[in-house]
Amino acid sequence: MKDGVNGVALAVFIFFFLAVTVMGFLAARWRKAENEHSLDEWGLGGRSFGTWVTWFLLGGDLYTAYTFVAVPAAIYAAGAAGFFAVPYTILIYPLIFTFLPRLWSVSHKHGYVTTSDFVRGRFGSKGLSLAVALTGILATMPYIALQLVGIQAVLDVMGVGGGENTHWFIKDLPLLIAFGVLAAYTYSSGLRAPALIAFVKDTLIYLVIAVAIIYIPIKLGGFDEIFAKAGDAFAQTNPATDKPRGAVVPPEAGHWTYATLALGSALALFMYPHSITATLSSKSREVIRRNTTILPLYSLMLGLLALLGFMAIAAGINVSNGQLAIPQLFEDMFPDWFAGVAFAAIGIGALVPAAIMSIAAANLFTRNIYKDFLKPDATAEQETKVSKLVSLLVKVGALAFVLTMDKTVAINFQLLGGIWILQTFPALVGGLFTRWFHRWALLAGWAVGMVYGTVAAYGVASPTQKHFGGSNAEIPGLGEIGYIGLTAFVLNVIVTVVLTFVLKAAKAPEGIDETKPEDYTADAGDKGVSVVLPKVGAGH
Amino acid sequence: MSDAPEVKPPVVTPVRVVIALCLFAPFVAMLWVGSYAKTDPTLIGIPFFYWYQMAWVLISTALTATAYKLWQRDQRARAASKGGAQA
Repeated sequence: MKDGVNGVALAVFIFFFLAVTVMGFLAARWRKAENEHSLDEWGLGGRSFGTWVTWFLLGGDLYTAYTFVAVPAAIYAAGAAGFFAVPYTILIYPLIFTFLPRLWSVSHKHGYVTTSDFVRGRFGSKGLSLAVALTGILATMPYIALQLVGIQAVLDVMGVGGGENTHWFIKDLPLLIAFGVLAAYTYSSGLRAPALIAFVKDTLIYLVIAVAIIYIPIKLGGFDEIFAKAGDAFAQTNPATDKPRGAVVPPEAGHWTYATLALGSALALFMYPHSITATLSSKSREVIRRNTTILPLYSLMLGLLALLGFMAIAAGINVSNGQLAIPQLFEDMFPDWFAGVAFAAIGIGALVPAAIMSIAAANLFTRNIYKDFLKPDATAEQETKVSKLVSLLVKVGALAFVLTMDKTVAINFQLLGGIWILQTFPALVGGLFTRWFHRWALLAGWAVGMVYGTVAAYGVASPTQKHFGGSNAEIPGLGEIGYIGLTAFVLNVIVTVVLTFVLKAAKAPEGIDETKPEDYTADAGDKGVSVVLPKVGAGH
Repeated sequence: MSDAPEVKPPVVTPVRVVIALCLFAPFVAMLWVGSYAKTDPTLIGIPFFYWYQMAWVLISTALTATAYKLWQRDQRARAASKGGAQA
């Protein structure tokens, strides 16, 4: 790390940060609707976004700053195993092609804002809906915290993070400012703010990746050279484990891990509340299907980005904290001003998902805890007010998390969050296709998956941690090492199916289903599907 | 992993089988790690393992786009045969 503050990079970073701040506040006026005090408006941008806005929004939402820092960091640390992010993001799109349009239709028809809304409506079970909502909130909080970790990494490399001896307040001040600003415009503009800022974020990211993937290999002597050096580095024995540090190509024993991580993560991604929020904000069913064909552009970018991890090794970057590898690579390789652009890309890349995640968590709280359990007669205006406040609380909570606890805690929780959120899959996706599952069986399956996943993750040790050292463990009965989340998911499904048979035989009450088969295929403009925004700009 | 029928009769048609295959193929290709966990042949110095998976981003995009087009056509044909009641 260079000493002192990188003035030029910092200036460029601040310039972009100010620009998106202004955009964030102005976003409130973007395609403003008449009825602004409803959750549809604040929390779903009026459900008005077309193909391109949805593309930027989903891209900005799913491919977060943390992804940009963590994926190459994983490659930097262990090589091939970290590349599972690419097959993971490949599998997402054919998967959501099948079920997301159905969720969009039924949500539009019945005015659902969250996945828990749907689960409650479909299965007539507030308990199941609460389980889904709590899982969503729990899984989202550490995810928001990790976005802050992403900003912190950039600030550290620019030299404004302060040294170990700096007073904590001075050290964290830049982060506090960034977060205060983010909280303020999310509060005032709702989902419109990240939607608008996502344009800037992605333009910067694409620009940085395009430059990095051409410029850095030329400086380092080509990909042959990069992979040769990386191969040498990975072959060296790690003193902590007595095994090679990593591999350029996964060894036989790692295949199961690689495949289960890719599949499990793909199944989990669209269970996250923030993915669904971005989906439901689109204006039609077609927008979603069309997006499954253009979103993979981001996966390509992610793959290229992952290769930066090898470049960091070849460039001789030596950081104890892998998270800093990529920011440090940019700082060493690029001229200062372009390093500033790259840092801005990562920084803004953290703001967009953090905003959407806090909105999504707030919507869950408002709709499925506040309205269902605390104040059933809440008006639309009260709902919006509560949601806005909770979005602030969620962010403050994430901030406290990052500032008071060790970074590894956030990472551990994020890892658990992925395992947990996957357990809502049977209720949500199962429910979209069939009403066969019994609501109590789904609840029991969820509980089994949650407990198994947590216990199994607790038992994973790594050289640096006794517990929660990773997300892979032996799959019972198979003897292979696989992703805990997927094993828990399989258990969850087995329990759900068996108990459904039992409960049906026992004639347990099924609950009322307020949806009809045709609700799942309805599109905007159909009878009974409210076009929520009366004044939507036509051409976009 | 088959695409669920959204309009009732007839549920399975050749076009829908093709759609299902388009959507299913990436799962087979990506989850069969043994088929691509190797270094050679390299492409501009990038080991096979990496460029192959990135190539699959493009292949699966093409497959999903094909499924989308076929699905649209299928829906339109069905809507027409039902007298244009559904879009």
